[in-house]
Amino acid sequence: MPLLEAVRMALRTIRSQKLKSFFSLIGVLIGVTFLIAVVSIIQGMNVYMEDQFANRLVGLNTFSLRQRPDIVTGAVKEEEWRSWFRRPRITYADARYVKEHVTVPATFAMFCSDRQTLSFEGKQAKDIELRGTEDSYFRIKNVDIASGRAFSEQEVRTGQAVVVIGDLIAEKLYAGVDPLGKSVVIAGLPYRVIGVAAKQGTLFGISMDKFAVMPYTAPARRWICPHNVLDELEIRATNPADVQVAMGQVEALMRSRRKLRPDEANNFFLQTPEAALDGWKKISGILMTALPGLVAISLVVGGIVIMNIMLMAVSERTREIGIRKALGARRRDILSQFVVESATLSLVGAALGIATGIGLAFLVKAVTPMPAAVAPWSIVVAVILGVSVGMIAGVYPATRAARLDPIAALRAE
Amino acid sequence: MNRAIIEIRDLTRHYDMGGETIHALRGVTLSIHANEYVAIMGPSGSGKSTMMNMLGCLDTPSGGEYWLNGQEVSRLTDDALARVRNKEIGFVFQTFNLLARASALHNVELPLVYSGVPARDRRSRAIAALTRVGLANRMDHRPNELSGGQRQRVAIARALVNEPSILLADEPTGNLDSTTSEEIMRVFSELHGQGQTVVMVTHEPDIAAHAERVVVLRDGRVESDRLNRGAAA
Repeated sequence: MPLLEAVRMALRTIRSQKLKSFFSLIGVLIGVTFLIAVVSIIQGMNVYMEDQFANRLVGLNTFSLRQRPDIVTGAVKEEEWRSWFRRPRITYADARYVKEHVTVPATFAMFCSDRQTLSFEGKQAKDIELRGTEDSYFRIKNVDIASGRAFSEQEVRTGQAVVVIGDLIAEKLYAGVDPLGKSVVIAGLPYRVIGVAAKQGTLFGISMDKFAVMPYTAPARRWICPHNVLDELEIRATNPADVQVAMGQVEALMRSRRKLRPDEANNFFLQTPEAALDGWKKISGILMTALPGLVAISLVVGGIVIMNIMLMAVSERTREIGIRKALGARRRDILSQFVVESATLSLVGAALGIATGIGLAFLVKAVTPMPAAVAPWSIVVAVILGVSVGMIAGVYPATRAARLDPIAALRAE
Repeated sequence: MNRAIIEIRDLTRHYDMGGETIHALRGVTLSIHANEYVAIMGPSGSGKSTMMNMLGCLDTPSGGEYWLNGQEVSRLTDDALARVRNKEIGFVFQTFNLLARASALHNVELPLVYSGVPARDRRSRAIAALTRVGLANRMDHRPNELSGGQRQRVAIARALVNEPSILLADEPTGNLDSTTSEEIMRVFSELHGQGQTVVMVTHEPDIAAHAERVVVLRDGRVESDRLNRGAAA
């Protein structure tokens, strides 16, 4: 009997007993749902981490020279953490030295930041990330200005008390008022708002618009960049191909400047988008290792359920088997009928599982800050798993069906 | 006379039932020719059912020979017997034995599925067979939407669809009232009239009376084998 015929026959049987079929394939359904949902979320996280997290926090083609890692997404040993703090800080002089000696085309911005409270006419915005930097910062980090302007090189040089505020601060302090030209008090010092940054939205549910950018030379510098030290020097290579070269140069420059011997480790850190992802990669790696086990358990259970249902089907349909044999069905026709029926049942379960898995992933995406993206390979795996679980589960019941004696089977009630 | 479709020589069949041997057939010799209409009768325990299973290639004999349409079938394997059942034999059972969840059309198509006929031909041949038994307008009905007589007609259409050498009926009217029985017997007579070889196992003399020839079994042997003069042609 051709395969297509067997599948059609199986679908007819499944359709005629919808509820029973549903219960028998629920194990496979759950297993596949789980597989698709988890892979979708991990995949979504991967895309999100690369596109949003790493490139937004660190920037495209960008790296920064720092005393210690900024974005830590994995577990760090206490000892290592302490050693980071013993390192020398990055100074203005370090930054200038690097700027002057890097040979590939690049843009630099000295940068430091701290949490500060901003206030305007009695209203306060607390816990705002106040960033002190250069005019080039806006180009490096692709900060778009929604209204007003960014500060200029001259304003940086002369240490003007000007500030570009994030969207959320504009909303909070200047509701119904145009903030441009208005004053804002930062750490007790008066500033003038010259620009409002375009809204950036959220990252993991945290607003990306709770910041204010001022020249690193502005009066509040003593709160955020004390004693000629920087949090980091931002470096963006003009050509993507130069990023590695620029990093190599910065590393060599800093090592020679700090007179490190070849056997000594760097006492500074180059933060790249990739480095920011290290911890996440570890987490997703563990999840991906554990996933097959978890999926396997539910598929084994699903397979046992299907096997039992098929054994039941064989004894319920003994007479049907007798009729088919009397009409000329060979052993292998009966065998393939039940194996295909079992595989089809399981495949239907897998298909429903794929649908609910995708549904679940997007539900998670909708109600939590976690992203989701369906990985095509996971669907392929789900289909293959579905069919094989069904086939394996169907072999034993189908063999029993195929071996039935037609006379006895015809006599069955 | 026409050539022999069935040639049985000294056929025996015994079963072991808990150490005791039951002799269901004790040496039956019989030949049935093309376009004969034969009724096999006998009281219960006479070996009627065993004979029916033998003729239908559902069972293999313990001894003797069975030639069906020129082929010795008593020593064939399971799958080869399935082939023979599919091509040479059209079964009509007392309890109809239709697939409850399938339409009349699909039930009739079933033997063609197992002989590998492509779907399109299958459909047209099944429709032709159903038309032959007067059920062209009931094709999409399921068995439970049909009367007993109609169900048996579906079963006859299914038996005929693969153009078998013999139509083998086992108490075909056992579950039908007398009016419907007559109707079904008319169908058999018509088919016989069209050249079909019909073998029918029954214990009812009224039904056997429709056949041309009556073979009576008793204790696993042929007791009598006579032509039925009064049979309607």
